[in-house]
Amino acid sequence: MMFEWDWNYTWEILPILGEASLVTLQATLLGFVLAAVLGLAFALLRMSRLVYIRWITTAIIEFIRSTPLLIQIFFLYYVMPEFGLTLDAMTAGILALGVHYACYCSEVYRAGLDNVPKGQWEAAIALNLSPYATLRNVIIPQAIPPVVPALSNYLVALFKETPLLSAIAVLELMQTAKILASESFQYTEPITLVGLYFLVFSLISAALSRQLEAWLNTRHGGSR
Amino acid sequence: MQEKPIQHRLVIVGILSLMAGFAVVTYSSFREFLPELLRGALVTIQVTLGGAMVAVAAALIAAVFKMYGSLFGRWLAIFYIEVFRGTSALVQLFWMFFVLPYFGITLEPFTVGVLALGLNIGAYGAEVIRGAIQSIDKGQWEAATALNLSRMQTLRRIILPQAFVVMIPPWGNLFIELLKGTALVSMITLGDLAFKAQQLNQNTLRTVEIFSLVLIMYLCLAMIITSLMRALERRASRGLVRGRAS
Repeated sequence: MMFEWDWNYTWEILPILGEASLVTLQATLLGFVLAAVLGLAFALLRMSRLVYIRWITTAIIEFIRSTPLLIQIFFLYYVMPEFGLTLDAMTAGILALGVHYACYCSEVYRAGLDNVPKGQWEAAIALNLSPYATLRNVIIPQAIPPVVPALSNYLVALFKETPLLSAIAVLELMQTAKILASESFQYTEPITLVGLYFLVFSLISAALSRQLEAWLNTRHGGSR
Repeated sequence: MQEKPIQHRLVIVGILSLMAGFAVVTYSSFREFLPELLRGALVTIQVTLGGAMVAVAAALIAAVFKMYGSLFGRWLAIFYIEVFRGTSALVQLFWMFFVLPYFGITLEPFTVGVLALGLNIGAYGAEVIRGAIQSIDKGQWEAATALNLSRMQTLRRIILPQAFVVMIPPWGNLFIELLKGTALVSMITLGDLAFKAQQLNQNTLRTVEIFSLVLIMYLCLAMIITSLMRALERRASRGLVRGRAS
């Protein structure tokens, strides 16, 4: 069977895919903001003095981490309306991505928090700082910068999971490519372009992440 | 990162049995969904096992080529690893399912699922294997050279048995990722657990029961993988000096 790459078709669909990729980027960014914030909350809850809060948080994190994101997306999209919370596809998708990756991020934060020397906590108590002030002004500023590269890895991972939103018909890159392909019966160009798009972005962000790591190392190298 | 005290497992078991009990009591209708879902779970398990075999083989080959291959072999391994880590699993699945036929290669959905997911996880696994092999102390190589072992002998009898222990926990995580990834094969018409869930949902509209049950079933499968990998780790680290391998 002869195979040809159709350049005319490629140029025709490129702007449409470009527009759809904005939806992908939007989902990535909003999802990651949610993941970063919620992940920190999970990590802090896991440090709670109350044993039950620690256990429940751990159980929730383990549960979310062990089940497929696709089913979680379906769950939010199809099940939540039965409890009176109707979400549109994009919101459900962003929520699912955010919550799923919050669980991964909480592990990263936990590593960062564990690495803050114990003396810092004791010094904060000696200075009579409130628990909130201790976290806000002493612990978190030291815990987060070293784990930023690890967090950025999860940003890339989340970005690569956004095609799952096509399962609930969010018009992001993959769904748009599939629609284009089924209209023209030319699958090669749209799907390959989507693959290339992800590849390019992943390679760029991997390089950026390495730079960030090197920069953080030089900045914190002395103290750590 | 994966170091979990024993209570965690107890908590999970507790929560799980609670949920299961709740489910059985509240929704006796689960009985009518379970057979269909179990059939789906069987496909999920098959794809996971097949994918795991492909992943381990691909990872081993890629890691060996990347470390000891010729220039061309190294290039090929890096290309494979970067492409499969850099694009998303769903895109790879769709590409193999929709685009490969245009090259004259038409595969069964099951084959596509196993291949795509296996190769995807294998790309991550290759780096795990490489990291594990490189984490073995240089002195081991030097000692093997001093004992006049060949490179292949050293790798096979000295380095790999030690590296094996180091790479079990990350492989456990990868197998869980693989299990979660198998849900994607529902999008290429393969009748796995996720597919059956959507089908039942469309037919009966009993959304809460179906999706809760499916989540619990995935959790059970993941826990089986976790405990199998724990057992394997215990077995493999027998006889090794503790602390060295971790």
